[in-house]
Amino acid sequence: MEKHVDLNRIGLALTDYKGKPSTLCPGCGHNAISNQIQSAIWELGLPPEKVMKISGIGCSSKSPNYFLDRSFGFNGLHGRMPTLATGACFGDSSIKILGISGDGDTASIGMGHFKHVIRRNVPMVYIIENNGCYGLTKGQFSATSDQGLRLKHQGVNLLPPLDLCMEALISGAPFVARTFSGDVKQMKQLIKAALSQNGVAVIDVISPCVTFNNRDEALQSYSWGREHEAPIQGIAHFQSREEIQLENFEEGTFREIQLQDGSYMVLKKIDTDYDPTALHAALDLLTESYKYHYFATGLIYFSEVPPTIQDMYDLPDEPLNRITKDRLRPSKESLEAINVSLY
Amino acid sequence: MLETTQKSVQGNERIVNEVCVAICTVNGSGSATANSILYRSLFRMGILTSGKNIFPSNIKGLPTWFVIRASARGYTGRVAYDDVVVALNAATIQQDVTYLREGGVLFYADHLEKPEIKDKEVIVYPMPIKTLMKQVDVPRNLQSYMENMLYVGIVGQVLGIPEEILKATVDHHFRSKPAIAESNFNIVKLGFQYAFENLEKKDHFYLEQLPELSDYILTDGNNAGALGSLYGGLQFCAWYPITPATSLVESAIAQVGKLRKDPETGKNTCVILQVEDELAAAGATLGAGWAGLRAMTSTSGPGISLMTENIGLAYFTETPMVIWDVQRVGPSTGLPTRTAQGDLSMLYTLGHGDTQHVILIPGTVTECFEFGWRSLDIAEKYQTPIFVLSDLDLGMNTWVTKRFEYPNQPIERGKIIREEKLEEFKDWGRYKDLDGDGIPYRTVVGNLSPKAAYFTRGTGHDEYGNYSEDPKNWSDMLDRIGLKLKGVVKDLPKPVIRRAKAEADIGIIGMGSTHDAMIEAQDILAEKGIQADYMRVRALPANSAVREFIASHARNYVVELNRDGQLQQILSLEISEYSEKLISISVIGGLPLTAAWTVESILGKEKKGGKTC
Repeated sequence: MEKHVDLNRIGLALTDYKGKPSTLCPGCGHNAISNQIQSAIWELGLPPEKVMKISGIGCSSKSPNYFLDRSFGFNGLHGRMPTLATGACFGDSSIKILGISGDGDTASIGMGHFKHVIRRNVPMVYIIENNGCYGLTKGQFSATSDQGLRLKHQGVNLLPPLDLCMEALISGAPFVARTFSGDVKQMKQLIKAALSQNGVAVIDVISPCVTFNNRDEALQSYSWGREHEAPIQGIAHFQSREEIQLENFEEGTFREIQLQDGSYMVLKKIDTDYDPTALHAALDLLTESYKYHYFATGLIYFSEVPPTIQDMYDLPDEPLNRITKDRLRPSKESLEAINVSLY
Repeated sequence: MLETTQKSVQGNERIVNEVCVAICTVNGSGSATANSILYRSLFRMGILTSGKNIFPSNIKGLPTWFVIRASARGYTGRVAYDDVVVALNAATIQQDVTYLREGGVLFYADHLEKPEIKDKEVIVYPMPIKTLMKQVDVPRNLQSYMENMLYVGIVGQVLGIPEEILKATVDHHFRSKPAIAESNFNIVKLGFQYAFENLEKKDHFYLEQLPELSDYILTDGNNAGALGSLYGGLQFCAWYPITPATSLVESAIAQVGKLRKDPETGKNTCVILQVEDELAAAGATLGAGWAGLRAMTSTSGPGISLMTENIGLAYFTETPMVIWDVQRVGPSTGLPTRTAQGDLSMLYTLGHGDTQHVILIPGTVTECFEFGWRSLDIAEKYQTPIFVLSDLDLGMNTWVTKRFEYPNQPIERGKIIREEKLEEFKDWGRYKDLDGDGIPYRTVVGNLSPKAAYFTRGTGHDEYGNYSEDPKNWSDMLDRIGLKLKGVVKDLPKPVIRRAKAEADIGIIGMGSTHDAMIEAQDILAEKGIQADYMRVRALPANSAVREFIASHARNYVVELNRDGQLQQILSLEISEYSEKLISISVIGGLPLTAAWTVESILGKEKKGGKTC
């Protein structure tokens, strides 16, 4: 009997979006992210060849090998992923960029590039797989580790954590979200929405390290996350307006936003009047959630996308990396004119 | 100072078209315009000339010198004395006159205290700058800038620059602003007329017009490098400001809009982007090279230090990119506005582990243009980072140089394969050597074939880009990269060799911007009865012509601007069978090489039988 295989709108199966088998620890939060990335892109019907994966160094940055085998990938240097993406984005601007990083990669060694890639508005989905520690070097504190955290070989963390959503907000990111490896439903909707935009979109995914930092009291553990998660809204992504199903939404409690690729994001109010388009509200939310120890997840901030770095250069529609040689060399006459002007 | 090879002026000698003029001013005072007008005037008279700006790492108020050396014989390297001093800086005037030789000339602004000159005969011409400026009506805020035009006129008159040449160069300088050209030339003329009426010619130096240097242009190496890159099909440049490399990218910015519009769509085909630091500059350039763009960055020594990790990644992932290193003096922040050749060893094996890089070393401004486009071709053909090693003297100073020649071969994109070509391969792997030359085929993002993608990584990888820690795989991978880099040598510029007029026992070897001083040194040695062949190395790894040159001389003096003789060390290692034929002559003080010092050093060693001491 032939097995039924679901195909997406471009006729590909989910297996067409798979990567190599993961070599991360069983139960690693990052594997959940890899799964959601591939199913989000499959559901969007984006050909894998239309995506490139760029990462830095660390457990998180290894993970692009474990999804989207048919997408180009570049596992670069520690902290420098945003710089690679900055150059690569000009090769073919029709290719969606998935930047995969970790908390060590982004918040410690790569903080400068993180903020500048946002400032430049390089069109990419920037995912931080944030586990509050260094996994690949076996359990050191990162810049997002909570103050007072105790790790086996490290003792007690004396320093307060940095909040990467806060950093993204004040750097001007037009899409900032936080989600959790233990809340894959929300994570997938956020990834789909982010991919439907054309500016930089930052998603900070709290993604437990089951080997080095998963004690119940740790901010980035599964159990702390499950107990303290407080989604700020329900979120769903729809390919078209016709697909939006609102049976479960009461009148006036949802907000429908059209995204840049024409698809829709619907935000469902939960129990507050949180406005994700108000920057001060987003900053307040992050400050409060750390202060009062709750775990706010969802779309933290959303604004109109400013011109991207690509928009600023008035480039041809044709990919720059396919422009033929003869169109790249100025004429002989123009050089003659330069020679004359330099006499 | 070792100046025994240069005689000073005596008696009624008339010295024509051989003069070294030092203009001593305060930086930020606007003298650069006046100096370049004087310089171009000599060039337009048909005299081979050099102009070297010796400037401080400062914006306003510190001493700066512009040294023009005219030599109809073509000896335009630096000399360590002056024939003519134009003194406008109160702080340095006393020191400035000490560089004058017997029979030299001093022009000085007469509101400065007249310097004491004890031990030599010097002809002095006072310049009443402030008094003359009272005769002209210029806006007060421009007064101090425009008064520089007076010395252009006065010096021009006394040395013999025709008025119409001065007019033409002022017009050239302000070509987009005719009204400003006119008001500046009026001041030049005022000085010119004043000198004609009031200064009696007593010195020995004369400039006389020669046939036009119609094969030549006047520009700097950084501009040439930028243009060479743009004509080489540059598509992406990420950079971070650093002296003395900044003006390379700034020259590109100034011209990219005009030169690099797509003829079909009118859109831009080259992106130039200033980023947050040199780590980002190298990272973005690497990203662009990986994505199939012709990519370049430009920096100086400290920037290379920061780019090192990314360049190692480019080497191991086999990603083309070009890195210009316009050298300044190191270590550390060093002397940012002075010149050196001290980065060679660092570049050659830059990065941790087993690395080996290709370095192109232009020695003239025209070569900066040529290597600008060639470097992009070589980088793409061999899928590796290529360095172009320039320096402050070559990059920032303006040189009389041969006209730029249009590239004589089409753009080389190497083994990039698109969808159709990929189909022809049965078993393609990104790092698979299918041709036996060590150069694999590469796909780039945007290739829509399901077989095109691969995972690029700086970690151990097999022929398909998959992770591998296998010992044999690792060593095979590095050996293949090594094979690839052996092949590159045939595409690198051959050395330039200038033979002595008679059979030569010794060789002198140089690189880069010391070329003019080396030629002069070669000729002075010949006058002293020592025949020497001269070779200028233009690339590393060295090719067989370099080896043969070294082999064919009993002794080879390797002359360079660094402490330890880096080129001599590299050649000694690479051509180890002749290492005892290689003798280091090196100097580092931040100034360009002089022929006199070179000759003295070689004579000193020759007296001792050519042994290193």
